[in-house]
Amino acid sequence: MITRRIQYEIAGNVVGPFLTSLDKWRKKLRPKKKGPKKEHPFGPPLESVNRLKDIMTRYYFQGRYADGAVPVAWVTSGFPVEIFRPLGFWTVYPENHAAICSVQRVVPELSDVVEKEGYARDLCGYARADIGSVMTGKTPVGRLPKPDLLACCTNICQTVLYWYRALAEHFKIPLVLIDTPYVYGEAPEHHRQYVKDQLLELLEVAQKITGKTIEPEALAEVTRKANIGSKLWGRCLDASKNKPAPWTGFDEFFHMAPIVSLRGSDECNDYYRGLAEELEDRVKRGVGGLKKETHRLMWDNLPIWFNVRGMSDLLAQNGFNFVCTTYTNAWYEAGKVIDERDPMGSAAKAYTHIILNEDLPKRLSLMKRLAREYDVVGAVLHSDRSCKPYSIGQYDLKDRLQAEANIRVMVLEADHADPRAFSAEQADNRLTAFMESFA
Amino acid sequence: MTRPAAIGVDVGSTTWKAVVLDASGDVLDRIVEIGNPRIEEQTTKNLAVLKERTGAATDIPVGATGYGRKRVAASRVLTEITCHAKGAFRVMRSAGILIDIGGQDSKIIHVEPDGRVRDFAMNDKCAAGTGRFLEVILGRLHVSFDDAPALAARSMRSVAVSSTCTVFAESEVISLVAQGESVEGIVAGLHASLASRIASLAGKFANGTSIWMSGGVALNSVMVDAISKAMGANVRVLPEPQFVGALGAALSVLP
Ligand code: SF4
Repeated sequence: MITRRIQYEIAGNVVGPFLTSLDKWRKKLRPKKKGPKKEHPFGPPLESVNRLKDIMTRYYFQGRYADGAVPVAWVTSGFPVEIFRPLGFWTVYPENHAAICSVQRVVPELSDVVEKEGYARDLCGYARADIGSVMTGKTPVGRLPKPDLLACCTNICQTVLYWYRALAEHFKIPLVLIDTPYVYGEAPEHHRQYVKDQLLELLEVAQKITGKTIEPEALAEVTRKANIGSKLWGRCLDASKNKPAPWTGFDEFFHMAPIVSLRGSDECNDYYRGLAEELEDRVKRGVGGLKKETHRLMWDNLPIWFNVRGMSDLLAQNGFNFVCTTYTNAWYEAGKVIDERDPMGSAAKAYTHIILNEDLPKRLSLMKRLAREYDVVGAVLHSDRSCKPYSIGQYDLKDRLQAEANIRVMVLEADHADPRAFSAEQADNRLTAFMESFA
Repeated sequence: MTRPAAIGVDVGSTTWKAVVLDASGDVLDRIVEIGNPRIEEQTTKNLAVLKERTGAATDIPVGATGYGRKRVAASRVLTEITCHAKGAFRVMRSAGILIDIGGQDSKIIHVEPDGRVRDFAMNDKCAAGTGRFLEVILGRLHVSFDDAPALAARSMRSVAVSSTCTVFAESEVISLVAQGESVEGIVAGLHASLASRIASLAGKFANGTSIWMSGGVALNSVMVDAISKAMGANVRVLPEPQFVGALGAALSVLP
């Protein structure tokens, strides 16, 4: 235990930073490519990218040594993770890890393994990637620490429930489930109480595992930080209300990693403070995410992780920028509701009112508001084969948005994780036709 | 003869088409051929033929569309959606819903009163509702694409083919044959099945606007009737339906 703890501290405080600085030097020393520079449609790269890489490299590197050193929890992306921080948990987000697997295009390989075990290919690609990674030990991040506790909240989907049950069986460890009733309009008081009661039970389990008690002040403090972090993230997103937007929606997808994985920490807040300042400075200087932004669009649903590059190039070359996305916005909407004066009650409210746990009228009004505030001319709704709860109702949303927000809308069939459910040529063709329709 | 002013090439998944226009946008000449996988070769050869036949200048602007459009050395490259809308609008001069059943995909395009594309729908990652659906299953029945309409028209009774999925429909047809159903009836049923898929794709667009059809399948009158029936509205076949995409491509580069 003690040696493990030393390893863990060294990994986080010495080797992790050393690795990131090594990477920087490697880049500096790399011979510059000769010949004319390739013209690209993007604005200058964000300085914050380097800090983001540092943080995430350190996070995954230190994580390798977390089990045995500190308690480890695996949690879903919509889970009130703040609660774990004062108890010293190391948290792992299988969804974030699966997104990395998707960017690295290893999902098909991992999926093959779980499909042979009898899991259907129709199951969310995140679940397949994660279970595949657990079964084979294969991961692009080196190693994931073994969990002591699994924490799953059904506010994003029911898939996570079965997925985490499979994990609980595999690791033979406790699973805490927070069940959030689906919200029609506003969640009634008894729903919120129901969720709050479960959060209190969660605290008990987490305290038992760590043998520590959580101080109310510590809980209030971490809640305050999570709230500040979400608002800082919101400030970053808000910067794109300016014209040109200082970054692209594709940038947002990558820069959301700390608000998902490190919510409630100083590191997370420092990062977004810096990013917000950089973006606001770009706005002042008129520097855009694209060299020339001619059309502003909204994106709905998860990104197509393995094809972000291809799509952003295609759109950027034609001056199209996703200036807002319902997905990145989700971590702003919920987090701003949590309140240090009532950590549990406000968490119950915030995490029940998550976009995927709310009815279609709510989603429609959110999209109409984003369309108006960010002044977009069109929207692309990604119908994601993996994520059914996010994709259901999109054809109706499309019709209503067209009529009521007076913007052009297209539905793009793809998948956020598995390239086998995606046809690049078809997607290219539809997006190009969509862009042509603005001519 | 008026001077040629633009050429439009439409490289589809089954056929290669091109038209030559004069300055006012009237068609002077055209070619349609079965598509050759060597797209560059076929295009170079046919463009030379068209230029020679019409006396077009070597540097006449060329617009390209279709799934193979990027293989054409063209002055402008546009998707089939935009080109079909442009072509249809040139002929109809009004708003409407255009149905184009291609070999690889089917498109429903909502054309605005000014000729722009308002919205479009396509079959996704699936051959249901495409020309390939007919091709595969007619092949199974040893019926040629060209003979299908006459056979279907002769049938006294259309046999219900409930699957719109190409793979499932194929096995369904095999069992229908085994049950002794007539080939004519099955072919008629196939037309109805494809029409129902198209109607469901187009359904929400067709709110009283006129409905047009382009593409090679529009030459099949039984199919046009089946779609009209499925949509509960009269579908009008555009003149020279196979060339609508090429016409749009040519119009896009007309000086
Ligand atoms: S189904 Fe959707 S919400 Fe659920 S885990 Fe997959 S991506 Fe996330």
